[in-house]
Amino acid sequence: MRITNTKQLKLIANTIREDVIKMLYEAKSGHSAGSIGLADIFTALYFNVLYHDPKNPSWPDRDRLVLSNGHVCPVMYAAMANAGYFPKEELLTLRKLGSRLQGHPHRTALPGIENSSGPLGQGLSQAVGMAIVSKCERKRWRVYAVISDGEHGEGQTWEAVMLASKYKLGNLTAIMDRNNIQIDGFTEEVLPLEPLDEKYRSFGWHVIEVDGHNIHEIIDACEKSKAIYEKPTLIIAHTIPGKGIPFMEFLTEWHGKPPTQKEAEEALNLLGVERTVIEEEG
Amino acid sequence: MNMLRDHITFPANGTAASRDGFGKALVELGEKDPNVWVLTADVSESTRTHWFAEKFPKRFVQVGVAEQNLAGVAAGIAACGKKAFISAYGVFSPGRNWDQLRVSVCYNDVPVVFHGSHTGVTVGPDGASHQALEDMAITRVLPNLVVMAPADMEEVRKATIAAHELGKPAYIRTCREKMPVFTTPETPFKIGEANLYREGADATLIACGPMVYESLVAAEKLHGEGISCAVVDCHTIKPMDKKTVVEWAKKTGLVVTVEEHQVNGGMGSAVAEVISSEYPVPVRRHGIYDHFCESGSAFELLKKYKLDADGIASVVRESMNMKKR
Repeated sequence: MRITNTKQLKLIANTIREDVIKMLYEAKSGHSAGSIGLADIFTALYFNVLYHDPKNPSWPDRDRLVLSNGHVCPVMYAAMANAGYFPKEELLTLRKLGSRLQGHPHRTALPGIENSSGPLGQGLSQAVGMAIVSKCERKRWRVYAVISDGEHGEGQTWEAVMLASKYKLGNLTAIMDRNNIQIDGFTEEVLPLEPLDEKYRSFGWHVIEVDGHNIHEIIDACEKSKAIYEKPTLIIAHTIPGKGIPFMEFLTEWHGKPPTQKEAEEALNLLGVERTVIEEEG
Repeated sequence: MNMLRDHITFPANGTAASRDGFGKALVELGEKDPNVWVLTADVSESTRTHWFAEKFPKRFVQVGVAEQNLAGVAAGIAACGKKAFISAYGVFSPGRNWDQLRVSVCYNDVPVVFHGSHTGVTVGPDGASHQALEDMAITRVLPNLVVMAPADMEEVRKATIAAHELGKPAYIRTCREKMPVFTTPETPFKIGEANLYREGADATLIACGPMVYESLVAAEKLHGEGISCAVVDCHTIKPMDKKTVVEWAKKTGLVVTVEEHQVNGGMGSAVAEVISSEYPVPVRRHGIYDHFCESGSAFELLKKYKLDADGIASVVRESMNMKKR
């Protein structure tokens, strides 16, 4: 299922946002802003970029998607359910006893999850390991890693960045959710990360910057990364945390909390209005 | 549990560094199984992975001085159906990368075997910073993980091959210094089944790593003094062989554990946990007593910390009083 139609993709992203709101409200805990802000990127990945088979999640030749900042997993679960990995009803079990949808993703709990995550900075290393295997064995499957900006405070991220360059992993595309916030505030105040593009280039990566809410830009950047043979690619996706729900946008306080009933209703109303706008775009 | 006195060479027939057993096993495994990958963090020669690297360069990954990445990359490789073996000094792996081993390896439940070399005081002249004395404590609390501290070079070789077959996360602890080799290719080895090398009536010495041989020598000395000691090679710390531990606690009424490790949280603690809940008898945990050690030759340090045969024998003598309480 490879969707190219812009309107269709936008509608899917809108649905994923709705699902995330419902899930977090039902769970009564979880990370709202980051999950909502990644809806467009996960739509692009699961509905266009990835070669995968939701009905056969262990297909050996699938592309691998490694999520490093596991706390945004509600958006991944919503994308997976909408893509057909599991029934959508199950989304409302997020974070509940007995659920396959753990508060942070667990590889052995839910088919289709490539890696358990939670502690920041661990995903890119695993993505590098997978890409080394694919390259060494001359496989065609690629590795995509979704990483956060804040986790660049972890030294391990840079260890992985260096190794990816050493092994010239042209089959690795990392997508950085550059939303500028972390728990204690703005990244440039907590621990300045810029210039991220120059840092990555000097480490031997190819760097592309995109608007992380423009699904076609994201897809195009992923396509371009496939043509870079001797270097890994970093896509810096500029995103707005909470994008699409104005009362959440850019506010660090929304990093780690769920909406109340009133806020959830308001968010769903706003998303309903947005859906009408998308549908009328023609 | 087997009574294996006839399966070992005592006194030992020569010495070797137990880390060599890991390197040898990797070459054997590399020849048999194309899915075996080996990774190191700038210590390929001293952890003996260079033997594998020379034969199978395409399946060897050098990550540089980056133990956190070492664990993560191995987890990624193992998630692709490979069996990854990683090697570094014990103080760095599992020391420095415990979080990565916990989540990327153990929680993912992928077949990564990590080898901590240069453990114990026998690292010697490098001093306290390089003497891993806490590694068993921090690994044996991790779910999905098997923890092993084999007695000699030959047993390390067998443990490595057994870990490959197991296909689960496993930790193998080895030493730098050449120590007696007394098990043979015929000595049985099964993960989770301790080996009994000597029967006894008065006390049971439960040891791991190079302390097994020292305990055998200590038992021989004590025998001459009329103290009869059983000696158990507790090569698997997790899962602990409860049956053997309880059986010999019952038979002798006193257990002395010996390890080149902090007494807090190590093999002795694991044994005491079993005994306290299953069949309480006095347990003396011998090892390093909440202390950073120092530089010196391996044998000077073993003597100083009473981890040579004479020292172990003296600890058993002292501990005999515990039975009378």
